[in-house]
Amino acid sequence: MMRDVAIVGVGMTKFGEHWKKGLRELISEAGIKAVDDAGISGKDIQLIVGGSMSSGIFAGQEHTGALFTDYLGLNPIPAIRTEAACASSSVALSTGVMAIQSGRYNCVVVGGVEKMTDVYGGLATTALAGAMDRDNEAHFGLTFPGVYALMAKRHMHQYGTTREQIAMSAVKNHENAMHNPNAQFHRKITVDDVLKSPLVADPLRLLDCSPIADGAASLIIVPADKAKQYTDTPIYIRASSQASDTLSLYRRSDITTIGATITAAQNAYKQAGMTTKDIHFAEVHDCFTINEIISTEDLGFARKGDGGRLLQSGETMIGGKIPVNTSGGLKAKGHPVGATGAAQVIEAVEQLRGDAGGRQVDGAENGLTHNVGGSGSTVVVHIFSRNRK
Amino acid sequence: MPTEKAVAHHWRRFSERYGLIGSRCTSCKHYFYPTSIICPKCRRKGKIEEFKFSGKGNIFSYTTIRIAPEGFEKYTPYVVAIVELEEGAMVVSQVVDCSPDDVSIGMPVESTFRKIREEGKSGLILYGFKFRPLK
Repeated sequence: MMRDVAIVGVGMTKFGEHWKKGLRELISEAGIKAVDDAGISGKDIQLIVGGSMSSGIFAGQEHTGALFTDYLGLNPIPAIRTEAACASSSVALSTGVMAIQSGRYNCVVVGGVEKMTDVYGGLATTALAGAMDRDNEAHFGLTFPGVYALMAKRHMHQYGTTREQIAMSAVKNHENAMHNPNAQFHRKITVDDVLKSPLVADPLRLLDCSPIADGAASLIIVPADKAKQYTDTPIYIRASSQASDTLSLYRRSDITTIGATITAAQNAYKQAGMTTKDIHFAEVHDCFTINEIISTEDLGFARKGDGGRLLQSGETMIGGKIPVNTSGGLKAKGHPVGATGAAQVIEAVEQLRGDAGGRQVDGAENGLTHNVGGSGSTVVVHIFSRNRK
Repeated sequence: MPTEKAVAHHWRRFSERYGLIGSRCTSCKHYFYPTSIICPKCRRKGKIEEFKFSGKGNIFSYTTIRIAPEGFEKYTPYVVAIVELEEGAMVVSQVVDCSPDDVSIGMPVESTFRKIREEGKSGLILYGFKFRPLK
């Protein structure tokens, strides 16, 4: 019987441009906050699993596992770097969960980092294109926003999703971020603002795209049996599920759906013994607005093709049936790619502890996070709960 | 940071990119671009052979790129499409010889041999297939 796993501490940096902080300062800040939150000491930590997508291009630094242990003052414990594009730190969590479940480790730090703003625009675009198929998509001039634009165009064509509906994701998430002190943007926008922002890859515009950002996020995980030693409000990991699909978008028969989301979500609901009705809020991977629509469908919150109408109905706002991206999402909270998955989990923990302030979902008992790497080549879904069973 | 690659990095792809050559599984009649050594459906029972596509197909989805990656800046705005080839395989490349406004889902296209980009001032000039409206 595998052991249950709980989160007993979380910490993150603000997301945004950090001119004064490099990789190591970001990692240290998030790690120390998580350790303080858990009330543990460095001696308790046995393993670090840290995600980073492209520290080699963004900062010229690989070997970020060693950087994590070194700058958290935790040598000589082992460290593992995980990489799955924008899902890197959710893979760090699923790896950390396996480490606890296996019985080999009893206290693991998981997290992620990305320092994106030290390079100029063209190189950032090139680095992010590494999440796609470099030889067969990026080679021909396709960009990462372009990949999601191809999905958006097809979703509009097949299901009549409107440009305005797609924009509503960004408007909602900017509104939610107003209440999140760690968010990159604290500025409300309108549908009109989105539709008048510059085109990036038709039909997607600047305000459809999550921003380049710096940031780090960390979690402390322990066996559930030991969780109450650390905190009165452990958050239990009820499901940890990962799935894969083709590296390139074009080799899939249907690009209005992300098959790996469907697989990962179905496995997660099964592990947790829950259905969509049991989920009280979700952090959904809105790297581009269209992906919030596609993903709410694939996670089962709307029928295929109805994601735009679900968004328009207001039911994904705080106070609606299934609030989505209460943190502000990738769009407004910011998207330092390697840190994003862990930061989604921190939002889930804050919601379930009742610590989410102005963005609190009343009575939240169970929440879901959904983190996508590339165009859906890797998807990780986790389900969290205040209740162990 | 240098992004130029050694010649062999591109050279090994010349035939597939110049000639739009992929492969097919003769057991299940599935087509692949680029060449796949394993048929995910037939696994070890699949028999893969090289296949040259006709280059004719229809636009499945498309976008106009305005913010380009390194090496493509001077071409913006340019159209990139997923093209469903008549044999059933999908490929990605640019659509040229027409205005972005003339492109639509379902539009018939054919492949054409074109320059893709230059890899830096002293680097290789890369070529490959693009698509143009079928006359």
